[in-house]
Amino acid sequence: MEQSYVVAEKFWPLLRVLFLAQEASIKLRKHFFPFSPLWGFEPQASPLDSIKGPHTSTQGLGPWCSPTGSPAPLSCETGCGEGSWILVCRLLVPTQVSLLSMEEDIDTRKINNSFLRDHSYATEADIISTVEFNHTGELLATGDKGGRVVIFQREQESKNQVHRRGEYNVYSTFQSHEPEFDYLKSLEIEEKINKIRWLPQQNAAYFLLSTNDKTVKLWKVSERDKRPEGYNLKDEEGRLRDPATITTLRVPVLRPMDLMVEATPRRVFANAHTYHINSISVNSDYETYMSADDLRINLWNFEITNQSFNIVDIKPANMEELTEVITAAEFHPHHCNSFVYSSSKGTIRLCDMRASALCDRHSKFFEEPEDPSNRSFFSEIISSISDVKFSHSGRYIMTRDYLTVKVWDLNMENRPIETYQVHDYLRSKLCSLYENDCIFDKFECVWNGSDSVIMTGSYNNFFRMFDRNTKRDVTLEASRENSKPRAILKPRKVCVGGKRRKDEISVDSLDFSKKILHTAWHPSENIIAVAATNNLYIFQDKVN
Amino acid sequence: MGTMFARGLKRKSPEDGEDMEGGLAGARATPSYSLQRQSLLDMSLVKLQLCHMLVEPNLCRSVLIANTVRQIQEEMSQDGTWRVVAPQAAGRAPLDRLVSTDILCRSAREQEGEHPAPDVGDGHMADLVPGLAVVPSAQALRSPQSSLWEVDSSRENRGGFQKSLDQIFETLENKTSGSVEELFADVDSSYYDLDAVLTGVVGSTPSAHASGLQAFASAAAPPPSSSCRSDLGELDHAVEILVET
Repeated sequence: MEQSYVVAEKFWPLLRVLFLAQEASIKLRKHFFPFSPLWGFEPQASPLDSIKGPHTSTQGLGPWCSPTGSPAPLSCETGCGEGSWILVCRLLVPTQVSLLSMEEDIDTRKINNSFLRDHSYATEADIISTVEFNHTGELLATGDKGGRVVIFQREQESKNQVHRRGEYNVYSTFQSHEPEFDYLKSLEIEEKINKIRWLPQQNAAYFLLSTNDKTVKLWKVSERDKRPEGYNLKDEEGRLRDPATITTLRVPVLRPMDLMVEATPRRVFANAHTYHINSISVNSDYETYMSADDLRINLWNFEITNQSFNIVDIKPANMEELTEVITAAEFHPHHCNSFVYSSSKGTIRLCDMRASALCDRHSKFFEEPEDPSNRSFFSEIISSISDVKFSHSGRYIMTRDYLTVKVWDLNMENRPIETYQVHDYLRSKLCSLYENDCIFDKFECVWNGSDSVIMTGSYNNFFRMFDRNTKRDVTLEASRENSKPRAILKPRKVCVGGKRRKDEISVDSLDFSKKILHTAWHPSENIIAVAATNNLYIFQDKVN
Repeated sequence: MGTMFARGLKRKSPEDGEDMEGGLAGARATPSYSLQRQSLLDMSLVKLQLCHMLVEPNLCRSVLIANTVRQIQEEMSQDGTWRVVAPQAAGRAPLDRLVSTDILCRSAREQEGEHPAPDVGDGHMADLVPGLAVVPSAQALRSPQSSLWEVDSSRENRGGFQKSLDQIFETLENKTSGSVEELFADVDSSYYDLDAVLTGVVGSTPSAHASGLQAFASAAAPPPSSSCRSDLGELDHAVEILVET
């Protein structure tokens, strides 16, 4: 397990802060809830509404991640290599606005500035729990613990603003799930969004699936810039007029209006999961999807909400015999009959739905024999797979366990073809990590568009990239504190025993409360989204 | 020495008979190892109990913890480490042990002399930790081949155990979650030492391992009395008392 810290030219992150986020949340307030009446979500009145200032007057869906008042210099540092990563924008989960109450007489900028510098003001509900690009990369969706989905749209490219190519602005925000109470079991169902999956776009509207622990919802996100006017059957407030008073028939006309983005729940797939849903995956037939919980996987048709097919069930008759759970599942990207699921024992099963209705027999079983020299009481826990992802080509599977990320060839079941150490220096800290429960953290992993690079998260706001061809790897940090505007952000190094060099971080000073669990990679370009608690960082390849 | 620790720690029982042998001869006989293994077991049981206080716990986490407990208990019942650990827990409580275990021991000491009915202990244990291989291991201990004092000590230990678990959870329930964190926060430093031994990997160089052990010894040994080694003499004494009563 050689720890290679060769500074890969490809990954040198040149950090360019294009905006200071303090103004963003205020602006956002304006177009945050433009569609509430349609589905009963009412924004709470905020004292901010009464704040009059230059920043609250922004109309429409203006770019919210570029500051109006403080244009940042845009020249890059010279000397950075090809393929450097730069910070494009840092997007804050918007609810911080509500913290700015009762400060009307103070300059809003100041308040914002001080609040946003202090990460501790982020509430639990603001923590981002999933990140997902759509199939074109034009949209980026995040879900959070508060049950909200925020969709960002990529800034349109313009000739005089080439640098803003990779910027994303808020497109739509909606409350996808609400906290519920199960009266039969007497338990609360969290609103936290566990996963979001986009459906391939088929018309002007966008569709996505979002899920919490129990319920999957299909959302339609569509734009509207015209509205019908001139009805005379109803009055201004929408009440039907007395037909006797209507003497003429008027044909309503469509009039242009300010662009509005509506999110409407089109389907609710509920009551099919006894345990917590950990994965959803859209099938390549685009007609079905699956949802996996700890013990079962269900297959749904998008049009049918009142029934689903149970395709995997590993629940033992006697729950006391339970020793293994399903941790993640995904459909093959091209073959609509096959899917994989991973388990807490570090194994992956590939199933073929043509074989039988209930896929309790796998067609392939991927497992690596345990290395006896690394054996300990924690072996099973750290081998538990937290995420599984097919490569875009469908040839490989990537799995993430606690310390490594592995790439498997579908044609070889007995061991992975590649194993990358994510943070092997933690191997000696496993007992502490068990004690503080970090050992159960569920890190996810992603492929780049060409399946040549993989990315996954770590602690201390670090995330790692591995180039499969050059075998180079790099540790980057998504952190506000260490990012000077326009400065090149050095790759991070963690000191492993011995003397600590100047720019290295010792294992003991890592912050285990700052973890990067969720990341996303643009489907075709080198743009990545990294969720660090309540911040979403978007980096891009500098050269492109 | 370091390799012996690594080898001695086994994960699944059936496949690794050879490793067990090495472990029996070396690492597992070491009192500090058993002590730490016991601490890990205690910690896991506390975690499990906290899981079971929830209506719908994180199933993956509970299963992994339960499997860990199974491993430890299997290993303990197979190499007979109950002999060392159980009477020690029942008989005397080293002051500097980890907080969680300290509480367990304190309660056990208070219970000294009392013999809770084994059935009660069993039932409660199974109730505490459903899905565990507790019962099989208990049966192993009670099998005819086991010597009398083994049975007694395990019974004593288990009785004390469940009682003390109750006590812990009573306190936990009465206090805020903040104090729960406090309780576990205190554990932190000692577990860094535990890491060195239990994960085994650190000790790939013998010297590093030795220092880890030393660190643990100084942390774990009760100041007034002595190191674990001298405890063994007292253990016999404790066992005698137990058997007599």
